[in-house]
This record gives sequence, C-alpha cells and structure tokens, in this order.
Amino acid sequence: MTEEIIIAGFGGQGVLSMGKIMAYSGVMQDMEVSWMPSYGPEMRGGTANVIVILSDERISSPIIRKFDTAIILNQQSMDKFEDTVKPGGILIYDSNGITRHPERGDIAIYRIDAAEEASKMKMQKVFNMIVLGGFMKVKSILKMDNVVKGLKKSLPERYHNLIPMNEEAIKRGMEIVMKVN
Amino acid sequence: MEKELKLMKGNEAIAEAAIRYGADGYFGYPITPQSEILEYLMEADPEKSTGMVVLQAESEVAAINMVYGGAACGKKVMTSSSSPGISLKQEGITYIAGAELPCLIVNVVRGGPGLGTIQPAQSDYFQAVKGGGHGDYHLIVLAPASVQEMADFVGLGFDLAFKYRNPAMILSDGAIGQMMEKVELMPYQKRSEDLPSWATTGKPETRERNIITSLDLDPNAQEKFNQKLIQKYREIEEKETRYEEFQTEDADFIFVAYGTSARICQKAVQLAREEGIKVGLLRPVTLFPFPKRRLNQLADKVKVMMAVEMSAGQMVEDVMLSVNGKTKVCHYGRMGGMIPTPDEVVENLKQIIKGE
Amino acid sequence: MAEFNPKDIIKPENLVYRKSKVLTDNVMHYCPGCGHGTAHRTLAEVIEEEELQSRTIGITPVGCSVLMYNYLDIDMQEAAHGRAPALATAVKRLMPDRFVFTYQGDGDLAAIGTAETIHTCNRGENILILFVNNGIYGMTGGQMAPTTLLGMKSSTSPYGRDAATMGSPVKMADLVALLPGTCYVTRQSVHTAAGVRKLKKALKKAVEYQNKNMGTCFIEVVSNCPSNWKMTPVAANKWMEENMFPAYPLGDIKVPAGE
Repeated sequence: MTEEIIIAGFGGQGVLSMGKIMAYSGVMQDMEVSWMPSYGPEMRGGTANVIVILSDERISSPIIRKFDTAIILNQQSMDKFEDTVKPGGILIYDSNGITRHPERGDIAIYRIDAAEEASKMKMQKVFNMIVLGGFMKVKSILKMDNVVKGLKKSLPERYHNLIPMNEEAIKRGMEIVMKVN
Repeated sequence: MEKELKLMKGNEAIAEAAIRYGADGYFGYPITPQSEILEYLMEADPEKSTGMVVLQAESEVAAINMVYGGAACGKKVMTSSSSPGISLKQEGITYIAGAELPCLIVNVVRGGPGLGTIQPAQSDYFQAVKGGGHGDYHLIVLAPASVQEMADFVGLGFDLAFKYRNPAMILSDGAIGQMMEKVELMPYQKRSEDLPSWATTGKPETRERNIITSLDLDPNAQEKFNQKLIQKYREIEEKETRYEEFQTEDADFIFVAYGTSARICQKAVQLAREEGIKVGLLRPVTLFPFPKRRLNQLADKVKVMMAVEMSAGQMVEDVMLSVNGKTKVCHYGRMGGMIPTPDEVVENLKQIIKGE
Repeated sequence: MAEFNPKDIIKPENLVYRKSKVLTDNVMHYCPGCGHGTAHRTLAEVIEEEELQSRTIGITPVGCSVLMYNYLDIDMQEAAHGRAPALATAVKRLMPDRFVFTYQGDGDLAAIGTAETIHTCNRGENILILFVNNGIYGMTGGQMAPTTLLGMKSSTSPYGRDAATMGSPVKMADLVALLPGTCYVTRQSVHTAAGVRKLKKALKKAVEYQNKNMGTCFIEVVSNCPSNWKMTPVAANKWMEENMFPAYPLGDIKVPAGE
C-alpha cells in the first residue's frame, strides 16, 4: 500500500503541520513516510503545500506530480491541483473561499466545511485537525490512537494539554465530511 | 539499546547527528534552504550537554575561517551553507585543503547562478568535485539521498576527513534538506579529548612547534606537496569509492543519478520496467571519488547511459570520462529549482531509445 | 697588558641582554629598520616571561609578517588575508585555556578583514589582536592602505591620498574601542627603547585580561616602512613621529573599569 497525498492551502492554515502529524502517525504505525514541503518566503497568507507519502515499502521519489488524494483548502490550490488527482483518486476540499467547485467525474469528491465548523466551535486553531478527521474518515489508513501518539511526538510537551481538543476536532471532522458526487 | 526513531527534516538530521557524533564545533551563517541546521543547534544548545561550540558568524567567509582555526587545533568542526554561501566559503576551503585539515562542509544546494532560486538544484557539482576554489585539490564529496543518509554521512564525513586529513563535503540539496523522513539516530558519543599530533594546541617542551599553513614560497617544495596531495587523492579513489546499484543486472539502459535525482530515477526504473524497458540505476554515493571503474564495466553491456541531474549537465561529463567512448552517454536535467518527475525521466528515456 | 679573551666577559653576571628562547634562530626577512622584528621580539619576551609558550596559539596574517611562524617557537596557524580573528575566535572557543593572539597588518586588519575585526571585537572574544600599522601595504610593494595618511604617496596613490576619492585614514583602534566587547585598546610604538618598554607593559596587561576572560584586547603598534616609504630607517622614524603619531596618537584609548 502506498498513499500519495498533497495538502495545499494558505500559509497559516496549518497545512504543513497537518502533513507532519499525518507523517508522524504513519511512523507510529510502522510505515515508511516522507514529508516534502514547498518552501519559500511565503509565510502567513502565501500559498503552502506539502506532499506526504505513506507506504509499506521504501519510498523512492518523494517528489511526484500525481496524487491518490488531494486535500485542498483555497481556490489557488484548487486551480493548481484538481487535475493532479489520479483517476479513481480522492479530492477533499473546504468550500470556504472556493469560487469554482471541483468538476471532475473520474474521482471521488468530498467536501468538508472545516473553517465554518472551527469558527462555530471557537476552535480556529484546530481547523486543520477537522480537515484531518475528514481524511481519516474517507481513507482508513491512519488510526486515531496512532494520530494521538503522533501528536504527542510532534507537539512540544507544553502543548500536550491541547491534545484532547485536537482529538475532538478530528472526531468532528469525521462527522461533517460529506461526499459531493 | 532500543533504536531511536525520529521524523526529521534532512537539515535537522544533520544537526542532531553532529551533536551525537561528538562534533566539537559548528560555525554557520543563515541562508535558505539550510538555516534549520544553525537554528536546531542553537536551540539544542549542545555546549551545555556535550560541550560542542555553536556560533553564528558574521559571514560565510568568517564561518569557514572559524572552521579553519578549529580544524587546525585538531577539533572536529563543521559548517553548512547553500550555494551562494558556499561560493563565499571557497577561499577558506582551498586554504583548508592546502593546509591538509580535516573538517566537514555541508552544501544544501539551491538553483543558481547568482542569487538564483531557493529551490533544490544540483548545479554545484563541478564546484564540489573539481575543487571549487583555486589550486589543485579535491574534497571528499558525499551525496546523501535520504534523511537517514544526511544523519549517517556526518559521521562518515568526519571519519574520512580525519583518516585522510582532507576536507569532506556533504553535497545535498533543498529537497533533502527540507523534507522529513524517518531517521534512526546513533546513540550519543562522548567528544574525544585526543587531538592529533600535528594539531596546534600549544607547544610543549617535548615536541617541535606545529605550524598549520598552506604557504610555500619555494616552487620545488610546493610541487612536491602537490604530488603528495595527488597521491592522497589516488588512495582515496582506490579505497573510498562508494555507489549503489538498482536493477542493473539485466539492464540495457542505465540511469546515473545522485541524491534527489537518484530517488526520482529509482521510481522511474519501476515505471519503465512496468512498460518492459530494461533499465537500471547506478547511484554514486561518493562524487569524489567517482565510481569510474564500475561505470566503465557497465558500459560494456548497456546501450545508453543517461545522467539525470538537476543541472545543465555537470556529472554527465564524469560519466563520459568514465565510459571513455564505450557506450552512448546522454543527459536529462531540469534547472533553476525545477525537479524532474519520474514520468518525465521515463518519457525522455523513451525518446532516446526511439532515436537509437 | 694581558691579551683580551672574550670568554672572560661572557659570564651570567655580565649578561645585559639575551635573545628570548621563544624566538627561533631563523634569520628574519624584514628590511633594515622595520618595526616587525622588534614587535616580534617584544611579544616573544612576554610569552617567555609569562610562561605561556606551552599554551599559546598564534595566528599570522597575510602581509609582511606572513612568515612570523618561522620566528616564534610556538604553535601557529597561517590565516587567509584578513581572516585571522575568525580563526582565533574558533581556537579560543574550542580551547578556552589557551593564550590566543592574532598578529595583523593594516591591509589585513583594516581593509579586507574589517568585518572579522569588528565582529570579533563585538563578540568580545577573549583574544589579543596585535595590530601593526605602518600606513602602507609592505609585502605587495607599497600600495595604499586604509591607514595611509592624507596626501601620502604610494604606488596606488602616486599623487598622494585624496580624501575625496580615496577616503580618509581609518582609525581602527578608535573604532573598536566603541564596541562593548573590547576591554583594552591602546596604541604603542617600537621605535624607541621607552616605546618597547611600554608595549611590553601593554602586552602583559593583555595577557592578564585574557586570563581573566575580560574580552578582546586590541593593541595597535604604530610603525614604519622604510623601504616603501623610501626613506632611511632614521628618517622613517622621524617621519613617523611627525606625521603618523598626530594621526594615530599613542596611549590608552580604553582601559577596563577600575584600572
């Protein structure tokens, strides 16, 4: 099994850290992982994306242009990455700020209104964990207890008190993700 | 001992490995895409735990000269930078090579020339393997292709540097520096208190004074020294050439690629073989010394060797020299921070085969 | 009258001067009248008298004193042009109990190595920077240095240094004295016995301050260059007194608080 994922959105949305938690969770369940960010001067507000590969085998190229799953969090990323999903693959997107919804018929499209939900729950900081919950529901690769272990590994100890909040957000994401096509 | 698995960026792995290996000092200056090395070391503050000195210098020039000073004391010292910064360090590097000092230099390459881009590239190959600064010299050049190797080559680089009294370089790129993978870390080693007999440590009554210099005003003596260096490089070529092969046994075609490109080519080999094209990969692990002899052997049985590099074609020249006309050699590369995809590489190979 | 035998007078009780054992027997390559030899000797005497030989690491520059390691019997490193303070920084950080000094000329320290000089002093590295300023590039044959006086002729300022196009002399000692990292900044000379004695005192203070980790000590020796100034040694010293000293006045510029 190899799952090749792109996560793309604005800097500050937690795109890179979401990828990191996915990668760490993969490590926790003994998978091979790679996390390859776009990097540059873009900080908050610019575009950010990261390729995460989870696999049972040694990962050859960490840099790829076709993905099993695309998680898309803004319009620019939709324009750039909708076409990179392999036929039969999955696209998950947050409709917040999306002006042109995805149209492809050969992939499964899921929508998750995570930004709206985060603001409702007054938990804007765990917006990306709601999205992660959506992914976990759609693709049963990562298990909740491994994600929690991954969070423990990737968060500094002083933030460990926030882990229950992250868990709650993931669960909420699992509930609200919906298939569009 | 239970192995310690971590998810780390390549840059972080270099920093952590340096602390664990027992390096004595790191001297650096920030530049994208490798600033995490200095940042990680500053945060880890190893001066308190292992006694390793970490210093942010006023420039790349100062940093490499700090390395010179530390190496001249027989200490295990290192620096890191990215392409434009490595250009600045070339003065210090040639002095270090000329004074026969061991040290470790890390280049996390970005696209050039000039300020170029901050994205990954392999366009500093010539600079790394042919010398880089003025004068006849070579660095020992290691090319990691994974985060694990970023960590492992810190120790290997220092070991080779001290074995041959020669500067070693880890030639990486922005992709491996920035990406995270699993890495198994070695246990913490104590810093060694033993210093080599040639080091400038303060002259006791019991020995002659030690002088570290790269200067010889007498051309006869300088030529003898140059010959001694060449002898050393020949010995390094004889004993330290390292490479990896992937499905070369039955190959009609061979990719030659190092670092990030080798990872891409490994995937390209899989894709091409799915289409029935018998292709293999030779990945040089050491770029100096270059696996000339093995490439020359492989040239006897393959139709084409294709060097795949993120450059305009630099390593391909060494491939050509290695096969010495025995087989066709071509090149495929992307530049300026663009990274080739496995599909692209396969497509290009097919074009070459068609043209055969 | 008995025949004179030199052996009769070579006795310990008659000794007025002997060469420091920290100096080697190599013949120095410096021109007649040059200040470098005296500066080397004074430093060697201090290293001997302070019993520092076994724990001294010296860094030599590029310039006339590039071969200094041939003359001092201590461990030495030969730096690239201007980079000696960077080498010294690492040496001292990695071996804090050693006595570490750089010996640099004006081209080395005040032109190509300005950044290293300023930042080493600014970090307050516990080293001694011994700066020999003769207002000219000696080794390369008398080109203009950053410390060349206004109106002074050199091979690259053949009509005299013009402030409008070539800038004014850089006063490095005054500059580094402004930095909190320096603890002791002084200007001395080696052209008279009294000058040498004062330099020696200054060097001993620098040793003391380095032992106490008080910060960077910067000692400038205002010196001469008879060959490139195209003067006899005597005339060069006179010219130095009349022209260099007004621009670079001798004496302490900064001393540690309470001294």
